[in-house]
Amino acid sequence: MSTVAANAPGVAGSGLADVAASEASLRRFLHGLPGVDQVGLEARAASLGTRSIKTTAKAYAIDLAISMIDLTTLEGADTVGKVRALCAKGRTPDPTDPTTPRVAAICVYPDMVATAKDALKGTDIQVASVATAFPAGRAALRVKLADTADAVAAGADEIDMVIDRGAFLSGRYFDVFQEIVAVKEACKRADGSYAHLKVIFETGELQTYDNVRRVSWLAMLAGADFIKTSTGKVAVNATPPVTLLMLEAVRDFRAATGVQVGVKPAGGIKTTKDAMKYLVMVNETLGDDWLTPHWFRFGASSLLNDLLMQRQKLTTGRYSGPDYVTVD
Amino acid sequence: MSDTTFARLDVFKTYKLYVGGKFPRSESGRVYEVTDAKGEWLANAPLGTRKDARDAVLAARAAVKGWAGTTAYNRGQVLYRVAEMLQGRREQFAAEVAVSEGIGPKKAAALVDAAIDRWVWYAGWTDKVAQIAGGANPVAGPYFNLSTPEPTGVVGIVAPQAGYGHSLLGLVSVIAPAIATGNTVVVAAAADAPLPALSLGEVLATSDVPGGVVNIISGRTADIAPTLASHQDVNALDLTGAIATDGPGAAPALEAAAADTLKRVVRPELDPFAQDWTNAPGTDRLLSFLETKTVWHPMGI
Repeated sequence: MSTVAANAPGVAGSGLADVAASEASLRRFLHGLPGVDQVGLEARAASLGTRSIKTTAKAYAIDLAISMIDLTTLEGADTVGKVRALCAKGRTPDPTDPTTPRVAAICVYPDMVATAKDALKGTDIQVASVATAFPAGRAALRVKLADTADAVAAGADEIDMVIDRGAFLSGRYFDVFQEIVAVKEACKRADGSYAHLKVIFETGELQTYDNVRRVSWLAMLAGADFIKTSTGKVAVNATPPVTLLMLEAVRDFRAATGVQVGVKPAGGIKTTKDAMKYLVMVNETLGDDWLTPHWFRFGASSLLNDLLMQRQKLTTGRYSGPDYVTVD
Repeated sequence: MSDTTFARLDVFKTYKLYVGGKFPRSESGRVYEVTDAKGEWLANAPLGTRKDARDAVLAARAAVKGWAGTTAYNRGQVLYRVAEMLQGRREQFAAEVAVSEGIGPKKAAALVDAAIDRWVWYAGWTDKVAQIAGGANPVAGPYFNLSTPEPTGVVGIVAPQAGYGHSLLGLVSVIAPAIATGNTVVVAAAADAPLPALSLGEVLATSDVPGGVVNIISGRTADIAPTLASHQDVNALDLTGAIATDGPGAAPALEAAAADTLKRVVRPELDPFAQDWTNAPGTDRLLSFLETKTVWHPMGI
């Protein structure tokens, strides 16, 4: 059960337009958000994880999950060859079964965007690029903006930016807000359209659920198209309770403003079972509107192999193994 | 001394599966009664399910890299250590073999000794099998051409269910050769005589064999064996204990399922009940679960 929607500020008609007018009003708004019921949130997330999904529903969920994957490689050792191989896998996840859907996007570092773009020519697979001094986000604003503009110029369809957690945790919400606004502006292409902006919170570093709720609203107010849990580079990545909290935030934000924002849990989602738990959460919290690759994504790499093995099991009746999918 | 004496309560042993180096109960939570040759109750053994078998395959797969990657010499040392641990629990095994097979204590003790000796014999083979299964090939060119045996990967074993000495000596005779060459195994223990097998798990857990190298599942052969036969992540199948004449656990059905996924298969004996496990084993089983890797190396460099 959730009562957030009713409590959320703005629902009652107090316009959100001037919330971010000043440092003080933004702080007042964020601290005015209702506190998170930790016990209730965790219990709800856990209970949504117990659903049993079998046969045709499972087949549907597997295909949906595959089509929602941002297939990711973010290593210092990434090479052109590795990115090309990843793109080939994104195009044809299972060469033995052409009915397998394609992934939603390939997620790479900015310098690999051109390579990925080239390798994905002729498909509708998006190229997502991390930017703004990923994963730490510790760089001067102009460097972050240049990083972003560079990735957009190279053809990135989506930008995954990290917020300045230091600023957020020390209470400088307005700085974080302005930074997101500035990065959003840097996502503008020459033709006036914008690259999709995903804002990474690194929830593992935000300490409390209250902070996660605040940062979600902050990012959505600043114009994020997607809110994303983690970089995948710290010990704690996406967890079901944190993701549920963010799902509730986007639900309430749409109720308040009419603007729909996507959600992307990332890091630590490795098995089909995990992915299904998230899909159940989306369906129960947000409904069908969000159950498309356009509004919900998984940031993952090894998840795809597990989904493919489960898919092979459903089609052949035989349990599959790692010998039948790519090494990654 | 007090006048009141309390009868001491025996600590009953709950036999467990051995999977991934741990001792889980069956995923089903169910057990079945194990009886001796006369039908008297001996113990409850876990009734392993198809899901348990799949979990075991996962554990075995995860262990392949480490086990196949150890040096043959080191594998030999580890297997010898198993024999040492077996030796230390000789009495327990002798008792379990005696009740499982319905034979006298002397014969049972002799079978346990034979099982320990056989384990040592296979331990000795680990760093010698390459000499008989590999070698230098003569080629027409300035190259060395070398063939070396490599482990197949995960081997599914239907443990012997019949023949003199099957419960421990037979079991050792099918497990030891498979792991000596670097494979990992999932064993469907003999349904009627699982106690020596489950106790063997305890021995393996205390003797430096990495978790997952040997996984032992007790339960109905007709449940576990077909799961292993049809699983794509099992690379080879030893059907020694597939004694059923029809149904999903019979050797022809298992072989058909294995053919679907291109497994190496070791067929059962024509008459498994006449088999005497005390006979010298030869190297057949040792060579059954190997792949040959051939490399060319230019001479003079």
